[in-house]
Amino acid sequence: MKVLAALSGGVDSAVAAARAVEGGHNVVGVHLALSPDPKAFREGARGCCSLEDARDARRVADVLGIPFYVWDLSEQFKAEVIDDFVAEYAAGRTPNPCLRCNEHIKFAAVLDRAVDLGFDAVATGHYARLANGPAGVELHRAADPAKDQSYVLSVLEPAQLERSMFPLGDDHKEAVRAEALHRGLLVAEKPDSHDICFVADGRTGDFLTARLGQQQGAIRDAETGEQLGSHDGAHAFTIGQRRGLRLERPRDDGAARYVVGIDAPTRTILVGPEQMLSVDLVSGSRPRWCGPVPASGTPVGVQVRAHGRETPAVMRFDGQEGLGGGPGEVSLELAQPERGVAAGQTAALYSGTRVVGSCTITSAARAATSWA
Amino acid sequence: MAFLDHAATTPIRPESLVALTVAYEHTGNASSLHAAGRQARKTVEEARESVAASLGCGPSEVIFTSGGTESDNLAVKGLYWARRAEARGRVRVLCSAVEHHAVLDPVAWLGSHEGAVVEHIPVDRLGRIDVDALAHMIALDPDSVALVSVMMANNEVGTVQPIAEVVRLAHAHGIPVHSDGVQAVGSLDVDFRLSGLDALTVSSHKVGGPHGAGALVVGRGVSIEPLLHGGAQERLRSGTLDSPGIAGFAAALAAAVDGHAEAAHRLTSLRNELVAGVLELVPDVVVSGDPDSAGRLPGHAHFSFPGCEGDALLMLLDARGIECSTGSACTAGIPEPSHVLLAMGVDPELARGSLRFSLGHTSTPDDVRTVLNELTPVVERARRAGRPRIRPVSDAVR
Repeated sequence: MKVLAALSGGVDSAVAAARAVEGGHNVVGVHLALSPDPKAFREGARGCCSLEDARDARRVADVLGIPFYVWDLSEQFKAEVIDDFVAEYAAGRTPNPCLRCNEHIKFAAVLDRAVDLGFDAVATGHYARLANGPAGVELHRAADPAKDQSYVLSVLEPAQLERSMFPLGDDHKEAVRAEALHRGLLVAEKPDSHDICFVADGRTGDFLTARLGQQQGAIRDAETGEQLGSHDGAHAFTIGQRRGLRLERPRDDGAARYVVGIDAPTRTILVGPEQMLSVDLVSGSRPRWCGPVPASGTPVGVQVRAHGRETPAVMRFDGQEGLGGGPGEVSLELAQPERGVAAGQTAALYSGTRVVGSCTITSAARAATSWA
Repeated sequence: MAFLDHAATTPIRPESLVALTVAYEHTGNASSLHAAGRQARKTVEEARESVAASLGCGPSEVIFTSGGTESDNLAVKGLYWARRAEARGRVRVLCSAVEHHAVLDPVAWLGSHEGAVVEHIPVDRLGRIDVDALAHMIALDPDSVALVSVMMANNEVGTVQPIAEVVRLAHAHGIPVHSDGVQAVGSLDVDFRLSGLDALTVSSHKVGGPHGAGALVVGRGVSIEPLLHGGAQERLRSGTLDSPGIAGFAAALAAAVDGHAEAAHRLTSLRNELVAGVLELVPDVVVSGDPDSAGRLPGHAHFSFPGCEGDALLMLLDARGIECSTGSACTAGIPEPSHVLLAMGVDPELARGSLRFSLGHTSTPDDVRTVLNELTPVVERARRAGRPRIRPVSDAVR
């Protein structure tokens, strides 16, 4: 097969490419330039888009003896990922840009172009497994639970998965590092990337304030509506946040308050006691199915953040009364309450190790009451 | 394998390889006073005389450098500093809009760090500078112009510049002129003294010599401030002389200059064959540069393929063993539309689908045939891939 190996400059994509070469494929390395000004992105080992990363990626290709090119996807990345990230926060939601990038850049813009140029598949260093099931390709969790990245791939549909290769899914990170060292890849010791690649200093709040400006609003008690304080921008808050609220007075019972809701149109931050954070009814839209569309009423495991736990649930299509169910909408009844679920997050749905699909959370509630 | 990227670098000439390896067998620093040093010095001075003979200048006018970029930096910054030291208000630097980055960037740096006022001389659709515009720019205030820098021939589209006119206009007001001759020397008839230039940049690896060597020819009586300070081994340039590199450079330059008329004749015909063939296979291709062979470098062919990305074309040709370029190799890596094409008024979308094929001393009719045999499926595929697409965002949560 002709395989395009996406080389970020990190250890995982390097070993993934090496394995594709060893598998006898005709491999070409491509580094994605996602910033029009690479210096503005993270320097060094913390991101995947700096000039240093591009050089590291080139050296990996040299060592593997494969051709190497840089593809400029900065315009698409800005339009599809960065602008969306800012718009989602402006709307009071909490997006995951890595999922967005996989859905719209790596396994869409890059994959489409690769196919047009004659490639059969795109290989990445994601920790996930692909298998052939009775109904076609299946996406599964990686063997290494600590590194499993199936969550950020849960937006991929079968047509995308059929043209994907994840050569690292059966391995643990330490084995991959050891292999990189053994193969003479100098990126073997490079630390893992964390955080958001396009937020240069890791300060997401400042990044958003620079783009959205300071927009003052009120902090109110979610139960009584009483104003308890003010803030300079709703985008600085996330559901479940406890610190930095600077409230004027404590609760009568002395219990801590948490952000339990963000109302973007009125820039109101709603705070309440810890128990208000617990939800067991989650509604989502934009369902993405990694295989056959499951029937309404199917039991699934739900994961709402990248390395979060999996909670048993029942998935329904129509939603429950009062939750605004309808076509293209999904409701999830969780067996145990989940804490800190924010609109905009992705709920990935599992059946055993298999990824069934995902949806974007629109609201979350406790069985009896409804807020957020 | 078909190497059609001689504008980026050239295969080493046998004469040069011999001169290099012979010189490498000797120990010796050309500045040492003992026998070994004298031997190295002899190698350097023979090379200097050879280079002077090849370029039509005096041996004392040849300053050996590490190559084109250093020579351009020394000329631009050195002339600016020397001229501004003579008169404080002499801060305007005039250079063509289609210069190589080795000139554009030091000029821009003078603007941002040394108080220079940078003015770019516009070019026409063929990439040739507008001489009337230059005359007007100089006439506005001749005393304030520190220097003029215009390349002899463009590295991307191959258009030859009217250097004689530039020199005439500038010298009427005593303004020094530098020219980057990296692409022209070895392809065109270049005679430093006849050109009237004050400074000329030459590179070794573009004429079949080793990388990392080159020269700046500086006319006698032209004052230039040095860039590198140290032992003043080359009067205006410090650093231990690379005697083997210099010997290899001189040998390559002599071979290139001696054979240039014959080579130009051969390459013009190969290049015309390539252009005619590409036009036949891809009728909507746009050929850039001067259609008249008297106005361009003999081996350069520049094409824009509508609806294609130059990057995609390059990758697909590379996979078929054909080596060319999307622009100058220095821009390669992170692609952006070429400043040369934009200055020529080429539509930025079209500019992104550009490829440069450059023929040189090792090019054969087989190379051209290989390109023509492989091109059709490559262009078809690249056209299908087009520009990277953006998927609709209509399904986003809104």
